[in-house]
Amino acid sequence: MTAPLLEIENLRTWFYTDSGVARSVDGVSLHVDHGETLGVVGESGCGKSVTALSILRLIRAPGRIEAGSAIRFEGKDLLTLAERDIQHVRGNRIAMVFQEPMTALNPVFTVGDQIAEVARIHAGMSRRDAWEKAVEMLRLVGIPAPEQRAHEYPHQLSGGMRQRVVIAMALVMNPALVIADEPTTALDVTIQAQILELLADLTKRFGTSILLITHDLGVVAENCARVIVMYAGQVVEEATTAELFSHPHHPYTEGLLGAMPRVGGNAERLATIPGTVPSPTAWPGGCRFRERCMYAWERCAKEHPPLYQIGAGHVSRCHLAVEPERRSQPHLPVAAQQGVTAA
Amino acid sequence: MTLLSVRDLTKHFPIKRGVFGQVSGQVRAVDGVSFDIAAGETLALVGESGCGKSTTGRVVLRLIEPTSGSVQFDGNDVFALGAGDLRRLRRKMQIVFQDPFSSLNPRMSIGAIVREGLTIHKLAEGAAADARVRQLLEEVGLRPEYASRYPHEFSGGQRQRVGIARALSVEPTFIVCDEPVSALDVSVQAQVVNLLQDLQRDRGLAYLFIAHDLSVVEHIANRVAVMYLGHIVELAAVNDLYGTPIMPYTQALLSAVPAPDPGVKRERILLAGDVPSPANPPSGCVFHPRCQHPARDAACAAIVPPLEEKAPGHWAACIKQPPTAASWEAQKAAGGTNSPEFFLPRAALHRSVDSTSAHQSLPA
Amino acid sequence: MTSKSPAGAGIAAPTVRRRLRGDRRVWIALGVLAAIVLTAVFAPLLAPYDPRAQLDIAHLQSQPPSLAHPLGTDTFSRDVLSRLIYGTRVSLAVALVAVSISITFGTLLGAVAGYVGGAIDAVLMRFVDAAFSIPPLLLLIVVIALWGDISVVSLTLLIAGVGWFTVSRLVRAETLAVRDADYVVAARALGVPGWRILGWHVLPNAIGPAIVSATLAVGNVILLEAGLSYLGIGVRPPTPSWGNIIEEGATRVSDVWWLTLFPGLAILVTVFACNALGDALRDALDPRQLLPAHDDAPFA
Repeated sequence: MTAPLLEIENLRTWFYTDSGVARSVDGVSLHVDHGETLGVVGESGCGKSVTALSILRLIRAPGRIEAGSAIRFEGKDLLTLAERDIQHVRGNRIAMVFQEPMTALNPVFTVGDQIAEVARIHAGMSRRDAWEKAVEMLRLVGIPAPEQRAHEYPHQLSGGMRQRVVIAMALVMNPALVIADEPTTALDVTIQAQILELLADLTKRFGTSILLITHDLGVVAENCARVIVMYAGQVVEEATTAELFSHPHHPYTEGLLGAMPRVGGNAERLATIPGTVPSPTAWPGGCRFRERCMYAWERCAKEHPPLYQIGAGHVSRCHLAVEPERRSQPHLPVAAQQGVTAA
Repeated sequence: MTLLSVRDLTKHFPIKRGVFGQVSGQVRAVDGVSFDIAAGETLALVGESGCGKSTTGRVVLRLIEPTSGSVQFDGNDVFALGAGDLRRLRRKMQIVFQDPFSSLNPRMSIGAIVREGLTIHKLAEGAAADARVRQLLEEVGLRPEYASRYPHEFSGGQRQRVGIARALSVEPTFIVCDEPVSALDVSVQAQVVNLLQDLQRDRGLAYLFIAHDLSVVEHIANRVAVMYLGHIVELAAVNDLYGTPIMPYTQALLSAVPAPDPGVKRERILLAGDVPSPANPPSGCVFHPRCQHPARDAACAAIVPPLEEKAPGHWAACIKQPPTAASWEAQKAAGGTNSPEFFLPRAALHRSVDSTSAHQSLPA
Repeated sequence: MTSKSPAGAGIAAPTVRRRLRGDRRVWIALGVLAAIVLTAVFAPLLAPYDPRAQLDIAHLQSQPPSLAHPLGTDTFSRDVLSRLIYGTRVSLAVALVAVSISITFGTLLGAVAGYVGGAIDAVLMRFVDAAFSIPPLLLLIVVIALWGDISVVSLTLLIAGVGWFTVSRLVRAETLAVRDADYVVAARALGVPGWRILGWHVLPNAIGPAIVSATLAVGNVILLEAGLSYLGIGVRPPTPSWGNIIEEGATRVSDVWWLTLFPGLAILVTVFACNALGDALRDALDPRQLLPAHDDAPFA
C-alpha cells in the first residue's frame, strides 16, 4: 500500500473579516492516491473551493491558513515551502482547472501563447519548442486544426473549446495531480459529457490523479472512485462511490440524494432539507447539521461528532454511528418546526 | 382548454456592423416555433445555450417584440393589443427569472417589490395591500416580518421565492419560468421546485418551464419541447420523450445526463464539435452536421424537416425517422442515399425499456 | 432563521452604509466640510470685523498678520480673516447651488436618453459631444466677457449650465446597464408604466456615479469660481470670495503673501475633503463589492 499522493491533515482556512472570523475550512483531512479521481461534493458555503485554493496556497488576505494544518504532497509539506518552491509546484506538479474558462484565460494573448508560457516557465523550453508543445497539447485535448487554432484568442472559441484549452494548460507539464473546481458547471450538458470523457481518458493514459470538486452527484457517480461530502467547513462523510450511493450514512448525504431529481426516477415530490447552511462566522456548537436533521437528539446539541468509522474506507461524522437505533425515530427538524422554510 | 397558442414565432436580431450600423446579418434566435399550452399544464422548453428558449419565453410575453408569428392568449391576440389592453393582459401572464441576484431591485424592500403589482393594477391599497403582501410571502414560504428587509439580506433561494411572490401578486393564470432553479444549490432547488408544483396545484397555474436540466424537467413537466438553434425539434408528453426519444439530438441530450447511480455504466452519444452560430445556421436540418443517425445523408442538408406527428402526441422533426411525409422520392431527388429507418440507441434510454419494445410502440 | 448573511456567501455582504461608516476618510472629510459649512452659516458670529469695512486706510493698509488681524489686512484695509469667513458663504453657495442644478438636470437628461434611446438619445448625446469639445473655462470667460457685469446669481446659473455634460453621460451609461436588468424586465412584465420604471427602478440604481460626480464637482466649482474671480470676472469686490481675495494680492505675491496663502489654503482643504468624500463614496458604491459571492471563496 503506497503512500497517498496528496494528504491534507486538519486544514483550517479562516477569513478575518469585519463581520467576524469566517472559518470556511475548519479541520478538513483527506487524501488522494496515485491515479485516482476523488470527488468532493458539497453545496455553496461548505468550503470545498477554499480547500482547493488552500492546497496551492492561493488564499489571500484576509484569509489565512491556520497553524496546525498540513498538506503533504510528494513527501513535502506544501505549507512550509518557500514561495519560490511553491511556484515550482503550481502548474507543474499540481495544476488547477477552474469553473469559468473565460476568466481563467487571458483575453489579450492567443491560446497557443498561454499554453506555451507554462512550458517555457516550468520546463525552460525555447519559444519554438514551447509553441510546438502547445499545438501538441491542443491536439491531445481534441481541438480540430490545432495549428491554426493556436493562433486564436479566447473570445473566438466556444465555452467547451476554452475549457479544453484550460485543460491543455493544466496538463502541459504532466502534473501528478489536477484540481478541477466545478470544471463543467458552466457548460451545456452535451459539452460536459465531452469534457468529462476527455478528462477520464487523459487520466487513464497518463496516470494523473484528479481532485474533482462538484455539486453534481451524477458527475461524481460516473467519474469518481471515492467521494467526500463536505458541509459547514468539514468532511461529513467519505466512502467509495458505490458505497455512498447505496448506503449513505450521514443525514446530509441522504438529504442530497433525496433532493436530486433523476431521469427515470419516480418521485412525486422531491425530498428537501429544510433550513439553510449556517454562517461560517458562527458555526453552531455540537453537530453543525443538527437543526436541519430529522434524527437529531440531545447528544447532537452537546457533542460535536468526530468522524466515526462505518465500514472499510467509509467514515461519517454522525452520532448515528454509535446510536443507530435513533434512525428509526425520525422527527421534524428544528429548522422546519420554526415555520420557516427559507432557503 | 387551450390557454396559450403560439404559431410560427420568429425572432431575428439584426447584426450591425460598420460606422453607420448597417445590418450585415441576422441572428436567428427563434425560427418558426409553434406549440400550445393548456390551462394548468406545464410545458417544458429544453435545450442548450443559444437554442433560443429564453428568447421564446420573453417574446411570448411580448417583453421583446417579435419578428413574425402570432401568440393567442386567453382569446387575445397578444401582438395586436394596444398599450392599455396589453397592460391589463399582463396580469394574467407573468415571469420568474433565473438569476436571483439580478431579478430584484436592490433599492426596494421585498415588501415594496411584492406590492408594486397590487398598486399598478389597483388590486389593493394601504392596509389591505400590506395584508395581501404578508399573505403572499407566507404562501411562498417566507416569514411575513421580512417584508421590510432588502434583497441583499437574503439567500438565492429566498430571493427566488420573492420573485415568485411578485409574479403571484397579480393573480396570473400563466407563468413563464425562465430557468428558475438553475442558479440554486440542489437542496434549495428541490424546495423551489416543490413550491412551484404546490402553487400550480393550488392555483391552477400553467407554466412554460424553460430549463436545461433534464432531471428537473422530467420531474415537473407534463409535456416537453426540445429546442435546437431556434427550432423545436421534438415535442411530446414527458414519459414519451424520456422513454422513446425520436430525435437524434434528444437522444444525445439524454445520454449526456450523468446518472447518479454508480452501478449504471452509460455509453454516451458524444456529439462532435460545438453548436453552430445562430447567425449562420446549417442548411436543411439545422442539426445534420452533428447528427449520428445511421441514415443521415445529403438529403438532410437539403430538406428542412417539418415537425411531424410520429406517434400520437409525439412530434419530431426528422426525415430519417419514420413515419415521415418527406417521401423517399423527394429525398432521393435532394441527394438522399439512405432510406429512413427507425433508430433508438440504448445509450439514450434511462428507463428499463429495451430498444426492441420501443421499436414496437411506434409505427414502422 | 440565521442572520442577515445570505447563505450562499457565508459572509455578510457589507451594505453601502456600513462601508461608509467604516471608512475613516469619510469621517475626516465630513468633519472638515461640516466645519466649513458651519463657518459659512455662523459667519456674522465668527468674523471679528465687517468684511466690507475699510478700517483705517491710512494705517492699516496691507498689514501682515498680527494679533489684531490674524490673517492680515488687504489693500483697502479690510480684515482678511473676516473676508475669508464671509467669503466661505459665497464660494460655498455658488458651488452647492450650481452643482445641485447641474447634477439634477444632467441626471434626468442622461436617464431619459439612456432609457428611451432612439432619436432622443442620439440628438442629446450629439449635443453633449459638441459641448464637450469646448473647454468650460473658456466658454465661461467668453460669455462673461460679453455679458459684462455679472451678478452672483447669474454666475451660478452659468456655471451650472456648463457643468451638466459629464453627469449626463455617466448616468446614461449606468441607465443602459440597468435597463436590461431582470428586475426592470420584471417591472415591465407586471405592467408598470414607463415613467414609474424610470423613477423607481432605473434612477435609484443609476445615480450612484452621479452622487460621486456631485461630490467631486463641488470641489471643482470652488476651484472654478476661484479661478474666475482671480481673473477678475467672477464674484466682483467688495463682495468677498476666496478667489477675489487671491486676486487682490496676485501681482505682488512676495509682498502681500497673506492674501494668497490663506484663501489658497482654504480652497485646498475644501477641495481635498470633497475629493476624499467622493473617492470613499465611489468605493462604497462599487457594485462588485455589493453582490454577495456566489461560491464560498470570495477572496481568492
